[in-house]
Amino acid sequence: MSLSSRHLIGLQGVPAEDIQSILDTAATFREVLERPIKKVPTLQGKTIVNLFYENSTRTRISFELAQKRLSADTVNFSTSTSSTKKGETFKDTVRNIEAMKVDMIIVRHESAGVPYFLTQVSKANIINAGDGRHEHPTQALLDMYSIKEKIGKIEGLKICIIGDIAHSRVALSNIYGLKALGAQVSVCGPLTMIPKGIESLGVKVYHNINEVIKTHDVLNILRIQLERKAGTNIPSLREYHNYFGVTAERLEKYNKDILILHPGPINRGVEISSEVADGPYQVILDQVTNGVAIRMAVLYLLGSMN
Amino acid sequence: MQVILKGLNIVNPIQNLIEKNDLLIKDGIIAKVGSISDKEFSDSKVYDFEGKYCSPGFFDMHVHLREPGREDTETIKSGCNSAAAGGFTGIASMPNTEPTVDTAEIVKSITEKSKEHLVDVFPIAAVSVNRKGESLAPMAELFEAGAVAFSDDGVSVKTASLLRSAFEYSNMYGAPIIDHCEEESLADGVMNESIVSTILGLPSIPTIAEDIIVHRDIAVAEYTGGKLHIAHISSKKSIEAVREAKKKGVKVTTEVTPHHFTLTDESLKSFDTNLKMNPPLRTRDDMNAILEGLADGTIDCIASDHAPYASEEKEVEFIYSPNGIIGLETELGLALSELYHKKVLSIEQIVEKFAVNPRKILNIEVPKIEEGEIANLTIFDADLIWTVDKTKFKSKSKNTPFDKKLLTGKSLAVINNKQIFIDGKFSEI
Ligand SMILES: [Zn+2]
Repeated sequence: MSLSSRHLIGLQGVPAEDIQSILDTAATFREVLERPIKKVPTLQGKTIVNLFYENSTRTRISFELAQKRLSADTVNFSTSTSSTKKGETFKDTVRNIEAMKVDMIIVRHESAGVPYFLTQVSKANIINAGDGRHEHPTQALLDMYSIKEKIGKIEGLKICIIGDIAHSRVALSNIYGLKALGAQVSVCGPLTMIPKGIESLGVKVYHNINEVIKTHDVLNILRIQLERKAGTNIPSLREYHNYFGVTAERLEKYNKDILILHPGPINRGVEISSEVADGPYQVILDQVTNGVAIRMAVLYLLGSMN
Repeated sequence: MQVILKGLNIVNPIQNLIEKNDLLIKDGIIAKVGSISDKEFSDSKVYDFEGKYCSPGFFDMHVHLREPGREDTETIKSGCNSAAAGGFTGIASMPNTEPTVDTAEIVKSITEKSKEHLVDVFPIAAVSVNRKGESLAPMAELFEAGAVAFSDDGVSVKTASLLRSAFEYSNMYGAPIIDHCEEESLADGVMNESIVSTILGLPSIPTIAEDIIVHRDIAVAEYTGGKLHIAHISSKKSIEAVREAKKKGVKVTTEVTPHHFTLTDESLKSFDTNLKMNPPLRTRDDMNAILEGLADGTIDCIASDHAPYASEEKEVEFIYSPNGIIGLETELGLALSELYHKKVLSIEQIVEKFAVNPRKILNIEVPKIEEGEIANLTIFDADLIWTVDKTKFKSKSKNTPFDKKLLTGKSLAVINNKQIFIDGKFSEI
């Protein structure tokens, strides 16, 4: 199995075969993760830099764990402030990392375009761990893996992404990936949180949560950023919960067979009620385990291309 | 000292005429227009410009010089050199320096520092003290010191009430208010808002941020009778608003930058920070409206919004990059390639937008190509094919998205203040 690109910047334009390869490879690694000794020597001797400009414990730990399971050497470079603000340009930082002769760079940054920029200036394989509001491909892949694990397929499913689509990096990656595999994708949220022109990507826009629950097979619920609560996007978290929150009553009433995903961390009582977060519909904790398997698959497939 | 320029196609914008002739220039004054034989003036330096266009010197009314404050990126002198290389004999400089051009001393120091140069610099002073939008800068004093217009460029004149006062006050001197039109509360982004910003995941600015202020400014200009010039217009609706206002007789003029008539937001897919500017690159629809506006005269002139930045300021993540690109040395080539050769504008219209209209807006006399007049000329080859090479720029900064671009049309020489700039060098004539 091999992929058509040596980087994973996003799922836009990634062929279905590549996505399928990653999901299949992840299934193999998922078995490894169930073994008592969870380590394979696949990436022995490879050096991977985790370049995290944004705080994200979950994604970083998931990548680190995946790297350790594959026996790679890892270097962590985490900082919440940009190098720019310290007087060093981003180009300088990249040159420094290049000088360390690394094989792969995992990068997360608040500015969209940084992973793409790295592909232009570095010889390493670049994996995007989230850039601005652009893409977060491994999150979408693990979401897709989790759906497939639970339902057995993706093709033909009706899947809705709910929440602040405009400020999300997960939404776009999910839209591209799910559509490539033949799902019908829609988004739902207050119209202040739906970005301009999203319909032209072939997704339907909803703002009635009950209708969405009634008509869909899967809900992927995005976290509402608490720091945005007093903004102009929504009047209050309470109102958001009342009109867009996924609650047990709604699921009971409109669709008992629906599957619930959430990329975490969850805000109980805002986008999702506690009962749903802990209840039988969700696969939230499976998503975490699957995340490690997906990242192992991506690291393995890209790492074995050089 | 005298020089002969031979074989010119002289563009006379007043009579809207192109005539083939030679020029004799003596001590910086046009001594003869007509057929001149070398033998007649054997002690002259002769330049052969067979078939090249000669126009009244070109003028760029929107240039950011970085002196005082950021001389590492552009000085008055390096900016003037860049202007000469681009085909300009005059520029108007924007006041957002450090400190702001809001005192008579700074205005005078700019004209003082540029007075030996071929290129004339006309300072634009701030509308408000320190461009803060709170209280009016000393406009009478600034005008007397040589300011030709007022602008808080970088941001809009902050409030309608300040703008009203600015119009009423500047009306006493006939000086225009040049406004950078952008509603602050909608401008929290780094590119134009469209499906492209959605796909790229970059925070965006909608065109209504520009349109709202354009409408506000037109309303206030109409009410006060003030002279409004809209800087770097970029949106379709804003152009429509200006067209309507002009029909009603409001005193409004506008300019467009070369990047807004050559590039769209689609190009941002490269995440190149040299494509980050304000106003941001818009959609193809907006660009088509710009071309229409240029052709029908709604857009009066072309101006570069030349904004020099150091490479370390631009070689950063997209969202941290400052806005702006340099433009003086690519402007004419882009205009000839994209407007003249694509039949949007004729040579006469190009001359009107580069030489005539900016001066009219700023109440500066348009140079005449007639005997007895000061030789203030731009000589250009509309068909010369060349490749942009930023390492050869006279500007101290290199932040351009047009490096290595093939262009058709280039300035060959400029003449003004008893100097000629040709083949990359200045000499006395
Ligand atoms: Zn401006």
